[in-house]
Amino acid sequence: MTNFSTGAKSKPWRLVRRYVLRFLLYALLGIFALYYLMPLFVMVVTSLKSLDEIRAGSLLSLPRDINFDAWVTAWSGACSGVQCEGLRPYLWNSVKIAVPAVLISTFIGAINGYVLSKWQFRGSNIIFALLLFGGFIPFQVVLLPMAIVLGKLSLAGTIPGLVLVHVIYGISFTTLFFRNYYVSVPGEIVKAAKVDGAGFFQIFWHVFVPLSAPIVVVTIIWQFTQIWNDFLFGVSFSQAGTQPVTVALNNIVNSTTGVKEYNVDMSAAIIAALPTLFVYVVAGKYFIRGLTAGSVKG
Amino acid sequence: MSKHILSIEHLNKNFGSLQILKDVNISMKEGDFLVLVGPSGCGKSTLLNCIAGLEEVTSGVIKISSQDMVGVSPKDRDIAMVFQSYALYPTMSVAKNITFSMKVRRIDAAVQQKKLNEVASLLQISELLDRKPAQLSGGQRQRVAMGRALVRDPQLFLFDEPLSNLDAKLRLEMRTEIKRLHHSLNASIVYVTHDQIEAMTLATKIAVMKGGEIQQIGSPNEIYSRPANMFVADFMGSPSMNLIPAIVRNVKEGARIEIDCGEDKPLTLIDPRKIAKLDNGEEREVIVGLRPEDITNPENREGASIEVATCLVDVVEPAGSDTYLVTQLGGKNVTARMRADTIVRAGENARLAFDLEKASYFLPETGERLN
Ligand SMILES: Nc1ncnc2c1ncn2[C@@H]1O[C@H](COP(=O)(O)OP(=O)(O)OP(=O)(O)O)[C@@H](O)[C@H]1O
Ligand SMILES: [Mg+2]
Repeated sequence: MTNFSTGAKSKPWRLVRRYVLRFLLYALLGIFALYYLMPLFVMVVTSLKSLDEIRAGSLLSLPRDINFDAWVTAWSGACSGVQCEGLRPYLWNSVKIAVPAVLISTFIGAINGYVLSKWQFRGSNIIFALLLFGGFIPFQVVLLPMAIVLGKLSLAGTIPGLVLVHVIYGISFTTLFFRNYYVSVPGEIVKAAKVDGAGFFQIFWHVFVPLSAPIVVVTIIWQFTQIWNDFLFGVSFSQAGTQPVTVALNNIVNSTTGVKEYNVDMSAAIIAALPTLFVYVVAGKYFIRGLTAGSVKG
Repeated sequence: MSKHILSIEHLNKNFGSLQILKDVNISMKEGDFLVLVGPSGCGKSTLLNCIAGLEEVTSGVIKISSQDMVGVSPKDRDIAMVFQSYALYPTMSVAKNITFSMKVRRIDAAVQQKKLNEVASLLQISELLDRKPAQLSGGQRQRVAMGRALVRDPQLFLFDEPLSNLDAKLRLEMRTEIKRLHHSLNASIVYVTHDQIEAMTLATKIAVMKGGEIQQIGSPNEIYSRPANMFVADFMGSPSMNLIPAIVRNVKEGARIEIDCGEDKPLTLIDPRKIAKLDNGEEREVIVGLRPEDITNPENREGASIEVATCLVDVVEPAGSDTYLVTQLGGKNVTARMRADTIVRAGENARLAFDLEKASYFLPETGERLN
């Protein structure tokens, strides 16, 4: 700590000032945290209340007696449209969409990044720019062409079709992540491997893949969150039976037969969000680390 | 009988519009140890990269074992290379780094192990085999990088400053090791260094580069005693060659050299050799190049080419085995290399013997050698 004051202020006074500042800082952070946690709190307490209690009590009050009925209904009994199977089948659909799409787009991104950073060819920068551009085209613009393509491939309304859509849309971001990460790997390492006799895929597999843990985590979290939370592609390119959980959630909340079951809606929303929460809790540490890890130390 | 291992003809290399290598010509026989020297940024690493096939050449021919290397990929050129920045694989252990080339070539595991052990003990890195590069010091990394090349048995080794980060003692040991390796394997080596002594002791051939051009290529002795121009003269040798402005004229006895020494009458010396490129009677301003060891104590030095003169000493620098005197000639600091027991103080006069048979003459305008 540098200290520029020349002894005019006494030591205790400075200590007090430090603690006050500290306190203010923590108070501010606390307020932000509360602000962000409030909706989650409301969701959790509401999901544990009975409908009567919800109608009678205030939004923020704690449940009088804890009651998991709403969760059970949301999981396996809530009605979306005509079916009343809860979220379970749709959650499973989302898994079947997200897992392959995340893995495939991450793999393609890694290869692309490897080529665009270490095997540059005439025009490779233009291709990179175009790829990036693809990532910033609004979803709505591609809906119609995409529907035509899926129809031509006879993938309309299927889960593989949705996987394809997410892979294509994800490639620009995964490529960007990997390319920027691999750019910081010294070029002489590639040269050394070439002289050692390794080819394109051997260098990728033996030299680059082992280096990639941080950026793989970043990419997987990013892609998983994007794909899991996607609604527009899900609602546009699915049909009854292949809908992802986000679409099902929407249907549950919007099916207006009888009374509005807020507790079921809340539990369903939490269930739909749990996988992404889980991924963040497990790998969030690496996410932050991966985002800041720019350099590869030789 | 020894064949040409490497020949480079009219090689040019541009990066964009920037000319990095200009008309480079090199020919190297099997078993040659070619050392490339030159100031930082003169294109030494680029030249090695071109030989290795890691950079495409702009024009010109590179042949290894008389085979044109155009379009041949690095892995098929049968070369091994040590990179200036080590370029170790960061996620592999030292052992894996060294055996990687054998692994991708699918060499038998037992053979890999045997070679690994040989190289590790040669380079004194046997205890480090399980470590990752990040856990090594600079010198250790450099030895691993050497090891990676030495496990191969290539036609041609390319070394880019492989000893620059070692401490003095280890460096000396490794230098001897490299020399031994060169002899025992009859290996052909292209070697980049900044170290004069390394260049002189290791090389069978030295190429001095500047600004992407080869200034001179020849045996260490040729480079040292007959530098092709003032740049080579100045660059090779430490302390470097004295370059003294003078006026010369061919006379009956040889070449007469007049050097301004701050007094009314110039210092006049006679070189018994005439300067061939000078017409009789023509007087010319030149730069006389004399190595410090060719200006020394007059005792026990006789011969037609020895001229003794008295000069005012500016600085005395004892260096253990020798004592260096600095004096002013032709307006330049001139260093003389005296025996260690020479007793002289700054501000006094000293008698110096000039061995003019060793003198080089250069044109001041172009730096070109005259004799
Ligand atoms: N990829 C590149 N693109 C553009 N210029 C380059 C590239 N690589 C090297 N250069 C330039 O080429 C010149 C020669 O570089 P090189 O690395 O061969 O020098 P060097 O003789 O090995 O120097 P040092 O002794 O410092 O290692 C330098 O001026 C450098 O800036
Ligand atoms: Mg270099």
